[in-house]
Amino acid sequence: MANPSSGNAIDVSGLEKGFDDLPVLWDLDLTLGWGEFLVIFGANGSGKTTLLRTLSGQTRPDSGRIRIAGFDLRRQAEAARRRIGVVSHSGFLYDDLTCRENLSFYGRLYSLPDLKARVAGALERVGLSLRADRRVRSLSHGMQKRLAIARALLHQPSLLLLDEPESGLDRDSVAALAALLQEWTAAGQSVVMTTHNTNLGLAWASRAATLAGGRLGFDRAAA
Amino acid sequence: MRTRFLRPLAALVWKDLLLELRSRDIIVSALMFGFLVAVVFNFALNVNPQRVTELAPGLLWVAFTFAGTMAMSRAFVREREQGGLEGLLQAPVSRDAIFLGKALVNLLFMLVIEAALLPIFAVLLNFSAFSLTLAAAILLTTLGFATVGTLFSAIAAQTRSREVMLPALFFPVILPVLIGAVEVSGAVIAGETDSSGWGGGATGRWLPLIAVFDALFLVICPWVFSIIVEE
Repeated sequence: MANPSSGNAIDVSGLEKGFDDLPVLWDLDLTLGWGEFLVIFGANGSGKTTLLRTLSGQTRPDSGRIRIAGFDLRRQAEAARRRIGVVSHSGFLYDDLTCRENLSFYGRLYSLPDLKARVAGALERVGLSLRADRRVRSLSHGMQKRLAIARALLHQPSLLLLDEPESGLDRDSVAALAALLQEWTAAGQSVVMTTHNTNLGLAWASRAATLAGGRLGFDRAAA
Repeated sequence: MRTRFLRPLAALVWKDLLLELRSRDIIVSALMFGFLVAVVFNFALNVNPQRVTELAPGLLWVAFTFAGTMAMSRAFVREREQGGLEGLLQAPVSRDAIFLGKALVNLLFMLVIEAALLPIFAVLLNFSAFSLTLAAAILLTTLGFATVGTLFSAIAAQTRSREVMLPALFFPVILPVLIGAVEVSGAVIAGETDSSGWGGGATGRWLPLIAVFDALFLVICPWVFSIIVEE
């Protein structure tokens, strides 16, 4: 997906979200340029997942404005969602479909051209070509995570939102994911990732921030 | 239109049919339940030829309704358990296409269940199931049932006591359509048909009413669905 010539990958201003009168995100502002890789650290319950769900359009904010790749997430929702890839704790995968069928299904939802070749390419990229016709329920947790990453990348989104993507992956898979994300940002696409692994987050990202009290703090270039 | 609506809708239907073909957990359990209702009521109520007209329509629709509700309750549970609903909502697909895809699959499942149960009821209760009017009543009622059921299944799937919530929310709304279906089925089983074969008074009154309810459901339910899935 080509990046629009104007606008940032993410423009958020005055974002607020709470549950049962408990504020989780409070007057949050965030701007992310193209090619930037932002890692967000925060304690459990600090709102990292809520922030990613809100940025992906899965949770409606109480107030504030979100623009993804120049598109208003509320008024131009379909155009904005087309530019987002999400890897969350849930893989969005169907246990009784094979790896290939799962990716084909999502490819058809996105109306992707050359779907067969794209699916084969995505499976190869995450090292699951040999298991393409195995059902998801027969895969290990780590393999399911890799398939979820392939699903998120299938439509070539401009922005990747990753919620602790390294959890459940072995060392080789983590290294492969790091290389893939580096290649991704080098091509001008952007990434927002949450993690509890400080070393890994600082090594991968170009920018780091913490989420506490509903706001982003300590927002600066990663070492 | 084709890209934004029909392709995703076709993909959704393909995915749900494939999943059901592999797991068979919806149709088999609903069929077993419907078969059990047919056999138990047949012996419990002693349905002799004189009482067929008054008992058969009610028994038929009790079986269809509860078997359909069982099938419907699974529609969004599988999505929610495997995170599929979030994946669907993340895709650049209109909520209407998601809703109508789900409703279409539920309609197909229910029609399969009804096509299997109707001959069993016809044999056990000794009435003729070959009637265009009865087929029209079943098709129209099932369309309304699947449309409203899909919406309430989506709502119930987000609650903890979803098995209780679905019928509690769903039956009051679908009741007028079910009453119409029982009335039309009664008229057909009693042989109250005119020369065109389209039935007498009850059919003429209730079939158009069921169609009007269907049209209302088809407009309102996708709209409500798009609101409730946002949160």
